[in-house]
Amino acid sequence: MLAFEQVTKRFGERTAVHELSFTAEAGEILGLLGPNGAGKTTTLRLLTSYLLPTSGRVTVFGYDTATHPLEVRRRIGYLPEEPPLYPEMTVREYMTFVARAKGLPARRCREHVDGVLERVGLADVAGRLLANLSRGYRQRAGIGQALLGDPDLLVLDEPTVGLDPVQVIEIRDLIKELGRERTVIFSSHILPEVQALCTRVIIISRGRVVAQDTPEGLSRRLQGGWRYLIEADGPPDRVEAVLTGIPGVEGAERRAGDTPERFAWLVSSGDRDVRRDLFFALAAAGLPLLRLEPQKLSLEEVFLQLVTDEGTEDRNQHPDTAAEAEAETEGAAEDGGRTDGGTSEEEREEGEQS
Amino acid sequence: MTAIWNREMRSYLVSPLFYGMAAAFYLLGGYFFSVNLLGSQTAAMTWYFGDAAVLLLFIAPLLTMRLFAEERARGTDELLFTLPLPAWKVVLGKYLSALAALGLILAGSLVYALILAGVGEPRWGEIVASYVGLVLLGALFLAAGCLTSSLTASPLLAGVGGFALLLLLWLAGWGADVLQGTPSEVMRTLSVATRYQDFLQGVIDSSHAVFFLSLTLAALVLTAVVLERRVAR
Repeated sequence: MLAFEQVTKRFGERTAVHELSFTAEAGEILGLLGPNGAGKTTTLRLLTSYLLPTSGRVTVFGYDTATHPLEVRRRIGYLPEEPPLYPEMTVREYMTFVARAKGLPARRCREHVDGVLERVGLADVAGRLLANLSRGYRQRAGIGQALLGDPDLLVLDEPTVGLDPVQVIEIRDLIKELGRERTVIFSSHILPEVQALCTRVIIISRGRVVAQDTPEGLSRRLQGGWRYLIEADGPPDRVEAVLTGIPGVEGAERRAGDTPERFAWLVSSGDRDVRRDLFFALAAAGLPLLRLEPQKLSLEEVFLQLVTDEGTEDRNQHPDTAAEAEAETEGAAEDGGRTDGGTSEEEREEGEQS
Repeated sequence: MTAIWNREMRSYLVSPLFYGMAAAFYLLGGYFFSVNLLGSQTAAMTWYFGDAAVLLLFIAPLLTMRLFAEERARGTDELLFTLPLPAWKVVLGKYLSALAALGLILAGSLVYALILAGVGEPRWGEIVASYVGLVLLGALFLAAGCLTSSLTASPLLAGVGGFALLLLLWLAGWGADVLQGTPSEVMRTLSVATRYQDFLQGVIDSSHAVFFLSLTLAALVLTAVVLERRVAR
């Protein structure tokens, strides 16, 4: 239904998207996940025909965005990163304008606009100027205009940015609901959101696809065997020596413990369960085991692993940008934790550059 | 396209800038008209039209500067150019709204013709020809303003650039006087002021009309190409 074939997009010297290839089928909710500056906004702009690829081909419903942009545009609803609002218009005027511009006949407009206003929860503020709306309402107006004309494909760039937690939940529910009737592709750097909504995730980093799968599949694929978090009482060097001496243990990575004197270790052991061996080995060495927790790899860690690998690989060529990407990755991981509302300025800047 | 036109019209009619400009146009125009009428004691608008053209040099870029630049500054171009509308329709919708806005402002100057009819016997043919010239001039100025607006994300820069471009067109005759050979011919051809003067004498020269219209069209086509190409970077 939509396909990116070896799509590269350059802005002058900068390559925003590099030989990107992926497809989406009708009825999917596709999540585009990546750290700030990864090329998510550019990817979506390429999809909507706002930008055209430097090389490669983007097709939507079989139409090439380069040769048949209007056919593509007729079938999509697009929420750009920044809601494209005209501050001097009221909500209803704005919606009517977009509906008319999308080619809806005047007599059907009112009913259709009313339906959409109701759906995105703007019916109460329909007569207010867009300039006077709060960020959450502005975002809804942006989503509302994308819904006008009942497009088959919805393209939403960071739809929950800037919303308060209640609104975030509302918008997520809306996306889920919309995903039942049509195809949705949205970008996000918030992992739980992607995990909760998507039928498929595409992780991009530095303009390349680094992984694509269902959220569960990604987690499973990258789990890579048993991992435990353990804590033991005793000199850290001795604990470490004992741990690495146990047959089957592939690595023991030192982590900070509960107090500064204490340490914890992340032990990995491939497909062999070594919990019993751990217990006896530490006991025999007189190092009491204080904690033993099997670890599951969260999507967050999968993500971090994927995007930092990519970052390290590129570091030799572009020391500055690689460090930048890493810094951004950390930011994204924090966001993934719980602070859903937080979007950084860099993300916006990325949008403006493209 | 009508959706674009409607939106722009509305945007003009709620904008203080539009009313400010209209006020300035009437204030200065009224001043010029009165001074000329009292000074010459002749029921003619020739001088007024000469001055009105100069006012247009300022007004036209102000009317058009935000048309495309502001869309880019606000990020609404991302909506505008993902709507199922070709760039030329967007350009035409916006251009026609600017033309209508200017028309509204110019319509107010008909009062002067009525005043003249009250105090003497103006030559109506001359006045009609002058209006044709003024509208053609306005149409060209607005199209040039559209072009500069499509080239930047800063309305201010679009306005300044538009004004510079118009002033250059307006004063092309100076170049024609100093230069020789082909460059002089080019400048003479481009000299908007010289052509406009003919209208004020009551002559509607079709070659002048074709000149104004084709330059207007060229500016609009160029605007559409700029927008299409910017989108297709």
